[in-house]
Amino acid sequence: MGINFLPDKPIYQQLIDLITGDIIRGTLEPGEKLPSVRDYAVEVGVNANTMQRVYKELEQMEITETKRGQGSFVTEDEVRIAMLRNEMKEQLVTSFIQNVEALGFTTSEMLQHLQERGGKDD
Amino acid sequence: MIELRNITKKYGRRKALEGLTLSLPQGKIIGLVGENGSGKTTLLKLISGLVAPDSGSAMLNGSHITRRVATTIAYMPDADLFYPYFTVNQLIEFYESQFTDFNPMKAKEITQFLNLSLDSKIKHLSKGNRGRVKIAVTLGREADYYLLDEPFSGLDPMVRDDIAKGMIRFTDSARQTILMSTHEIKEVEPLLDEIVVLRGGRIIAHEAVDEIRDTYGKDATSWMVSLFREGS
Repeated sequence: MGINFLPDKPIYQQLIDLITGDIIRGTLEPGEKLPSVRDYAVEVGVNANTMQRVYKELEQMEITETKRGQGSFVTEDEVRIAMLRNEMKEQLVTSFIQNVEALGFTTSEMLQHLQERGGKDD
Repeated sequence: MIELRNITKKYGRRKALEGLTLSLPQGKIIGLVGENGSGKTTLLKLISGLVAPDSGSAMLNGSHITRRVATTIAYMPDADLFYPYFTVNQLIEFYESQFTDFNPMKAKEITQFLNLSLDSKIKHLSKGNRGRVKIAVTLGREADYYLLDEPFSGLDPMVRDDIAKGMIRFTDSARQTILMSTHEIKEVEPLLDEIVVLRGGRIIAHEAVDEIRDTYGKDATSWMVSLFREGS
């Protein structure tokens, strides 16, 4: 039913990641209206309480705004979205470094490899 | 609020429930899991007032649960119970005559959401569509508690998905509580706020789904497997 969730992380957090991912990617644009809590819950097949928590946390993170009687909207604050993008980048790099160090690779070795790869893909 | 305290229920000499204590707040979706014969159905029937405890107390908002008190509790049994010669529409009329909290408009809206035709005879429906009809008339009641015995069992993925969506769409998550027994934990987990695990008529665990993932770093299925390994 719905999305395949990872086993080791609370579902509401995975939904926050999903929505913030859509915002960073631009699938959800600044100022765009989100579906109602219940519609979105039905769409992804999760409990409406879980979705309520997702919306509340997104609002607390100032990633969305709730307009009375109208629903939730993606923030139009480009600075906040840029921050979000940086936070996500930071998270990715941190977990990458952790994985790499756990296997005993050196940072310079990985950096060199990344540059070689980057050269190929760009 | 439903409060069960130190409930024991025996069938002959066999204890179906033993020393069971459980609170069910309003506004939660709760999964009831456990092996066959662990007491799930007995527990659901007891809360619906269909079975009386041998000892202990079962209270709804401060009153002892009886059939009369249970008018705000909608119980959906595992078995097919419909009069097969009814049409879906006749079944809705029948429910309206039986339950004061039944809302025929809502039931019809649910049948529409689930793509059921009101004129179909129950006996001509597929098993999947009978499952859909059952959930439609159950959720058609404006109950405080919905007790669902195996709502997904034996149904194909499309039907299970429809039923899950119906539950989210047609219950008020702030006010109404669903308690459902199930073996499909992996599939049902995203729907749940809490999980109650029964074993041999006793509750061996009762946790919030988010807490399980936060505390143990695993999903409900793996958590349950490890719970049973430790216990045995």
